[in-house]
Amino acid sequence: MPSLKDLKNRIGSVKNTRKITKAMQMVAAAKLRRAQDAAEAARPYAERMNSVMAGLATSVQGSADAPRLLSGTGRDAVHLLVVMTAERGLCGGFNSSIVRRARIRAQELLAQGKTVKILTVGKKGREQLRRDYEQNFVGHVDLSSVKKLGYTNAQTIAREVLSRFDDGEFDVATLFYSRFVSVINQVPTTQQIIPAVFEAPEAGTERNDYDYEPSEEGILADLLPRGVATQIFAALLENAASEQGARMSAMDNATRNAGEMINDLTIEYNRTRQAAITKELIEIISGAEAL
Amino acid sequence: MADTLQFDLVTPERKLASVPATEVQIPGTEGDMTVMAGHMPLVTSLRPGILRVVGPTGHLNFAVTGGFAETAGPSLSVLAEYAIPVEDTTKTIFDELVAEAESLAEVALPEDRAAADKKVNDMIALRAAAGH
Repeated sequence: MPSLKDLKNRIGSVKNTRKITKAMQMVAAAKLRRAQDAAEAARPYAERMNSVMAGLATSVQGSADAPRLLSGTGRDAVHLLVVMTAERGLCGGFNSSIVRRARIRAQELLAQGKTVKILTVGKKGREQLRRDYEQNFVGHVDLSSVKKLGYTNAQTIAREVLSRFDDGEFDVATLFYSRFVSVINQVPTTQQIIPAVFEAPEAGTERNDYDYEPSEEGILADLLPRGVATQIFAALLENAASEQGARMSAMDNATRNAGEMINDLTIEYNRTRQAAITKELIEIISGAEAL
Repeated sequence: MADTLQFDLVTPERKLASVPATEVQIPGTEGDMTVMAGHMPLVTSLRPGILRVVGPTGHLNFAVTGGFAETAGPSLSVLAEYAIPVEDTTKTIFDELVAEAESLAEVALPEDRAAADKKVNDMIALRAAAGH
């Protein structure tokens, strides 16, 4: 049976923990709003980029001199998995769920006899994958010093990926990140970026016959690397929003649990105190009766 | 024929402008061009330069470093990698851009060297055009 003093100390420490988790939750909420705004602001660019590229891609697809970023290398032997996670923990299952997805994919590919290379973005994913796949790591992008995600961060990652592709280091690249649906729902997502895949333009939509300057191939060759960067940027932003959302709900849970724990401890404390008082009274009364 | 077109300037990070315009001067890779309402459908890539928008409400000038423009009849969208209103620019920004282009040109492969050098020159021209 813990003494009164012990209980009092425990209540105090749980109260402190609750203060911290509450503060973290509020910080996450503020950051989430900013992350959502950033994701929102980036959407028009990504959408237009996609529609122009989809139009171009359909007209160039199939021709023999289509850029390799679009048509692929013709092989499917080496896969690059770009695993994007957070730099920090304490955000519930956010990092684990992305890593789990990447791990399943890596196992599948290895079982099919393919080569798997892993590029990690964010420290947490790297730590979790290190145990099983350290020999597959080819690189890491550290974003821990980045305060506000910018397009330049995406460009850095894109350059890293593209230069490896140009060197023929892999045939297919896939992004792993978490798509933000709501504060309580983030969906781990897999997205192939090289060779590029586009949602087919809806049938019946009007297609303009564009004139291209300098040329279709020239523009496409210029656009495809940008498209990769744009997709990575969008994934980074989604991931950032998801991370804050996940942290917010994790911290909300933690705050609530701490509250319950305080209630339980307080009841136990009161009971112990009452027991001590009753015991003292009995001792006094039985002492008086014995006289 | 409508006499204004819907002009949108978007960058990966945000939408910079969405205004009606009577004419827009675009620094295309193949040369400057002016787009007015009813222009034929066209997609062109951009070189670093100044994008001039003439609208019913006044002029807007943006410094852009690259990207592409798409026009189809009543609308013109410019998707710029980096864009900033000319009046907000400072010499430091351009010095950084020029320095970045130069450092990329130095490490460029021989076959990309010409394009990289051109980019450096375009950046320097852009800095001069913005009045710094």
